[in-house]
Amino acid sequence: MENQVAAQLTLPILDPGRLQELARQVRLDIVEMLYRSGSGHLGGSLSAADLLVALFFAEMRRQADNPCWPHRDRFILSKGHGAPALYAVLSRLGYFPREELATLRRFGSMLQGHPDSSCTPGVEIPTGSLGQGLSIANGLALAARLNRLNSRIFVLLGDGESQEGQIWEAAMSAAHYGLDNIMAIVDRNRLQIDGRTSEVMSLEPLAPKWQAFGWHTLEVDGHDIPQILEALKSCRGVTGKPSVIIAHTVKGKGVSVFEDKAKYHGVAPNDEEYQQALKELGAA
Amino acid sequence: MSLFFKVAKYLAREKPLSAKESTRVEYGKTLAKLGEEYPDIVVLDADLSGSTQTKHFAQVFKDRFFNMGIAEQDLMGTAAGLALGGKIPFASTFAMFATGRAWEQIRQTIAYGNLNVKIVASHGGVTVGEDGGSHQALEDLALMRILPNMVVLVPADGPETRAMTRWAAAYQGPVYMRTGRLALPVIYDDSYRFELGRGSVLRLGGDVTLMGLGVMVHACLEAADLLAGAGIAARVVNLSCLKPLDWELVVACARETGAVVTAEEHMVAGALGSAVSEILSEHYPVPVKRIGLRDTFGISGKPELLLKHFGLTAADVAAAARQVIARK
Repeated sequence: MENQVAAQLTLPILDPGRLQELARQVRLDIVEMLYRSGSGHLGGSLSAADLLVALFFAEMRRQADNPCWPHRDRFILSKGHGAPALYAVLSRLGYFPREELATLRRFGSMLQGHPDSSCTPGVEIPTGSLGQGLSIANGLALAARLNRLNSRIFVLLGDGESQEGQIWEAAMSAAHYGLDNIMAIVDRNRLQIDGRTSEVMSLEPLAPKWQAFGWHTLEVDGHDIPQILEALKSCRGVTGKPSVIIAHTVKGKGVSVFEDKAKYHGVAPNDEEYQQALKELGAA
Repeated sequence: MSLFFKVAKYLAREKPLSAKESTRVEYGKTLAKLGEEYPDIVVLDADLSGSTQTKHFAQVFKDRFFNMGIAEQDLMGTAAGLALGGKIPFASTFAMFATGRAWEQIRQTIAYGNLNVKIVASHGGVTVGEDGGSHQALEDLALMRILPNMVVLVPADGPETRAMTRWAAAYQGPVYMRTGRLALPVIYDDSYRFELGRGSVLRLGGDVTLMGLGVMVHACLEAADLLAGAGIAARVVNLSCLKPLDWELVVACARETGAVVTAEEHMVAGALGSAVSEILSEHYPVPVKRIGLRDTFGISGKPELLLKHFGLTAADVAAAARQVIARK
């Protein structure tokens, strides 16, 4: 059975240079999509680009031509407003044609403002209302255990999102049920709509919180792809408890004018910003 | 026509059984039986497995029962994930917390995602009794009825609870079912089969239709007896499938009897009274009177006293029937 599974796997890309190049292209996709749609969440999509590329291209077991493959690893974008980053990655993996990216947020588009599984291949479940993805991931992890599947469940959380109480209910449940097939990543970009997380509602000490909840806890630079890969790899062997990687990121990463500014949480670039972004991201 | 079928079947019944059954108890027993037939059924509770009666399943199928602790939002999210992973989750807690505390989780994930989650919530209505207003869900049906994809059920007796629970396990999609604490007289026999979107006529009559839900179906039946003594022939209908509602039956009853009373252990806004009024105002307006709670919270007390206090007795239904007949 496992041999058969291995034969069907889409091979991972492990070369950091290639992954970095993919992340650059994903960032360009994000800027292009938002510029065209005139709205969307820029900052949190750009901060998550390296994490999503590392996960989807290097870590997760999947079949590009079969999004419903029962043995696949699952991914839940709990911070659903990061949808543009997820759509860019899924399109580059061949889940749907790349031309669809130009329709983001438009009437009749398969790419809704926040992820909707009924519209978009590769999206597992609707998200967008914050705080709910980890509970869903726990349910998937319990189902995988009952079904004797080796699938792992990956979930990307926002740091601001972690102000939702349900995140901590779910953190308790995952540890209580010893869900070592859960791999959570926190996009710790330190900003939320109204400003710095430290000013709006403090999250620190964040890593000790997860540790105290019974999680195997790591911290990485969320833009350093070798570090991300190493952390993901080291979590594979953890048994009896769930793992979380707190990935320190910069909101709006990749374009100087957007970086570390709360104002770019939920706006599209204007003409000038768009041109600047293309230049900085090395568009041909 | 199904109306005729169901009437005929009910009228062919022997005298009503004297035994009483509580809907939550019958749910618990049925769930434990279904556990053997459906290896994919899993059950989740939020520290109320004794009250909701999921304990029977938990005792037999230990590895398929998940107590999520006092955390209803996580309860619903986890149930959603289990459904996504191919399981058939039944998630139970009190109706207030299931639909109130976790409404948004139900809305965003279970209903929006059209997931195969069965939410079976006990302690609906004022007949919760002594626990008082905080624990008496009077809004749950409205909160669930407004959601796309959601099926909303309120069984009126033991056989109907067993039939609905069994139906829900086989149905693919989200379902909300409200159970209660009170032991209720048995209406149906065990051959009763639940049909989605169908109500059933329990008593024939041409002067007025009494449309009931849950506990209040019994008040409607008693009210029909009271009215019969005064020469009024009341039709009694159980609209246990609140969503999708049997609008053909509702319109047929309005057309044939010319007056309608709805009766529910719930706010008059948002559930049965609203649903029937919406249909009739669009398709066949007749005088309607809604029996239910009006812009108030519950209070502590014995269930029977509370039903009387809030105007939810057979006498109240009969009085309403006279009013709508007078307005014809």
